[in-house]
Amino acid sequence: MSCGTKCTVQEMRKAHKVLAEYDYELGKVERGYNNRTLYVNLSDNRIESKAVSQEMKDIFIGGRGFGLKLLWDAVKETTKWNDPENEIIISPGPIGGITQYPGAGKSLVVSISPLTGAIADSNVGGYFGPLLKFSGWDALEIQGKAQADVIVYIDGNSGKVTIEDAPDEEVNSHILAEQLTEMYADSESDKRNVSVVSSGMAGQHSLMGMLNFSFYDVRRKLARLKQAGRGGIGTVFRDKHIKALVVKFSNVKGDSNGPADIERIAKAGLKVHKELHDYDDVQCRMRKQGTAHLPGIAHDYDFLPVHNFRYGSHPEARKVTGIVWEQLFTQGIPDGCWYGCTMGCAKAVDNFMPLTGPYKGERVTVDGPEYETISCCGTNLGIFDPHAIVEINFYVDTYGIDSISFGTATAFAMECFELGLIDKNATGGLDFRFGSALSVLEALHQMARGEGFGRIIGQGVRRMKKHFAEAYGADAQLLADIGMECKGLEYSGYVSKGSLAQQGGYGLTLKGAQHDEAWLIFMDAVNRQIPTFEDKAEALYYFPMFRTWFGLNGLCKLPWNDVEPADNAETDEPAKVPGHVQNYVDIFSGVTGREISKEDIIRMSEAMYDFQRLFNLRLGYGTRVHDDIPYRSQGPVLDVEYLSRADKYDKELKEAVGFDPEGKTVAEKIHALKSYRKDQYEKLKDAVYKRRGWTPDGIPKLETVKRLRIDFPDVVALINKHAK
Amino acid sequence: MKIIGKKPELCTACHACENACSQAWFKVQDIGLSCIEVREAAAGSGKTAVTVCDQCGECIDICPVSAISRQQNSIVRISKKECVGCYSCVGFCPASAMHMHRNQLVPFKCVACGVCTKVCPTGAIYLEEV
Repeated sequence: MSCGTKCTVQEMRKAHKVLAEYDYELGKVERGYNNRTLYVNLSDNRIESKAVSQEMKDIFIGGRGFGLKLLWDAVKETTKWNDPENEIIISPGPIGGITQYPGAGKSLVVSISPLTGAIADSNVGGYFGPLLKFSGWDALEIQGKAQADVIVYIDGNSGKVTIEDAPDEEVNSHILAEQLTEMYADSESDKRNVSVVSSGMAGQHSLMGMLNFSFYDVRRKLARLKQAGRGGIGTVFRDKHIKALVVKFSNVKGDSNGPADIERIAKAGLKVHKELHDYDDVQCRMRKQGTAHLPGIAHDYDFLPVHNFRYGSHPEARKVTGIVWEQLFTQGIPDGCWYGCTMGCAKAVDNFMPLTGPYKGERVTVDGPEYETISCCGTNLGIFDPHAIVEINFYVDTYGIDSISFGTATAFAMECFELGLIDKNATGGLDFRFGSALSVLEALHQMARGEGFGRIIGQGVRRMKKHFAEAYGADAQLLADIGMECKGLEYSGYVSKGSLAQQGGYGLTLKGAQHDEAWLIFMDAVNRQIPTFEDKAEALYYFPMFRTWFGLNGLCKLPWNDVEPADNAETDEPAKVPGHVQNYVDIFSGVTGREISKEDIIRMSEAMYDFQRLFNLRLGYGTRVHDDIPYRSQGPVLDVEYLSRADKYDKELKEAVGFDPEGKTVAEKIHALKSYRKDQYEKLKDAVYKRRGWTPDGIPKLETVKRLRIDFPDVVALINKHAK
Repeated sequence: MKIIGKKPELCTACHACENACSQAWFKVQDIGLSCIEVREAAAGSGKTAVTVCDQCGECIDICPVSAISRQQNSIVRISKKECVGCYSCVGFCPASAMHMHRNQLVPFKCVACGVCTKVCPTGAIYLEEV
């Protein structure tokens, strides 16, 4: 029985009806694994335990790998994101949950994406993954759809899983996470033992929904939020009528992950703690600014997105550089999103008062903004007002949408408005010129309500391109050139026009246009370390494979290279940060007892990387054409863009293209440069596919999957089918 | 508050203080389990460095679970019950006076109990009011 909209947490809990209950035996984590995963089906309220085999651990490792394995077994080649058999899988990986090494509490989330139709994976902080593991489960696999909003509650203290009808709780995350933390904790000191996964109102009205993972901040005394942003998994979550997932485990200790050799892990962790203590203030200032230290650097090196990626810098960028955020963030509080992360980049603006929307005038704590939100929801929209950026950040988070997709999709809509491709009829009267912060916020509130132009933006760039062409007769080629998406996923916040390798870093990816596989702008465009196609291909082999490994193990990428050992510059390959690679060898071996080398890291990752590529193929994607990228990410589309860097482009035309720009119109020069750069990108594809052991169509070869030990019968059949 | 004062120039590196400390707190004589540390200041220097907590409290703000606090007597203590064994405090101690040991899941530090000062034969360490 519902108690209405204004009830207490106790009354809300009373209104819960238990739909299914499952008792299980508590266990002890051994060498990073429980050797079982938890399966929950919301259509028939079934809860089961599944065994994890040795082969699954050897090949799929954990985290994203477990997600891929479970999802592969659960879906068909025809499965769409909103079919009941699609799943959401959350897994922390074998290292996830150790407290001795910074950045070791990540959860990896896998599903079929509403934006791309292919596989989405997302790496997120917060306490859910580690507490899930210590509660006895290496992964949580959710299938089916509930009839009405439910909560799945895992009580790792008593060994019980319940599916509970939850009619009264808030949907928006900053309130819901607080309500559920209070509801399931026994006391104030017990609150840090509870973690909540939730989305928000916009998650259910858009295709770019994200998931918030909570971690209770014992000093601020509130549930903080980290985001599994990319790919629209929050939309899948709300489509399944999940209001929240809650886990509780109350006895986290230094050995809860059951490591084989804790001393080896602690020694590696201590090195990084000391590096952060000694060098962070003169390196990245992650402890004071988080990733918000980046806008100034991006502006200086001309890769800060401005006005839908037209430009890489802007005179007003100084208003959003690191020092501005350092002053806004509350300092002196450990801001790690899991225990032991002394990088502590999860910064927050406290006592913030929104000026718009349903929470106008209230005092809230805003998690972030991080670099991606500052760039995608700020500079790329022509917004340089920190308060407006924090307000957008607050609402995208609590409404449960990905700030990268929201920002980039909004930037596209703004440019279409500026170019006259759409007008106020399309925007419902909103003035959508660059810089119109209030219009952006209104669109955001509309998205949460499922109304108006905000609902259109929430469909993402790919669908907006089609809609604007069909409904308003907009120039389809121009839309294709300026619509910043690849595979259906919106670009993150780096202008890649100056770096061919970074163009590949965005396009030659698994899940779409994001930078977490390879960030090569400095290596390629600034330091000129990878001049040839072969060099770039090597970088687009090594770095995506290396970074995939973080996702298999429950690790964060940032402590790898956002702090460096003092002697890193003197090593053979500073870009790889060899000292920290050795740390990862040590902590993997220290947890699992399985001795590995740094080469094994690449081998483990490559197997999962190629498996995910083949999973995309199985779903109808994963070939060469799906690695195409919009020309805006490769070069100047508009006259103003060309003219803003005319000397550089003229020089390239003369020296590299063999085209004399003298006396030519800007349009002619843009055309010549476009032909050349598009051809360069195709050559890059050839080189990268070859290095990865793939066919010219971008499909892993049979000999490659055999080498990687993923030549399962259905994988071989899939490859053979496409070879015909 | 009381802290352990030190005059390293008087130290003969007999390690009696370390053995007394580990005996008092861990019931074994193992200098790896001592909260006070006596080592050569620099290789070949012939000088001795004595490392011990001065109760500055910087570790309090580093701890992610607020397991470290200053007591009424101003001494900084770790709650073993709350500690999650991350060793952030060990890495961030400005005096390198927070310790860890392979057999201990939580770090340990000097609480100025003074047991070490009683066995020092030269007066190199002593309880001091600051």
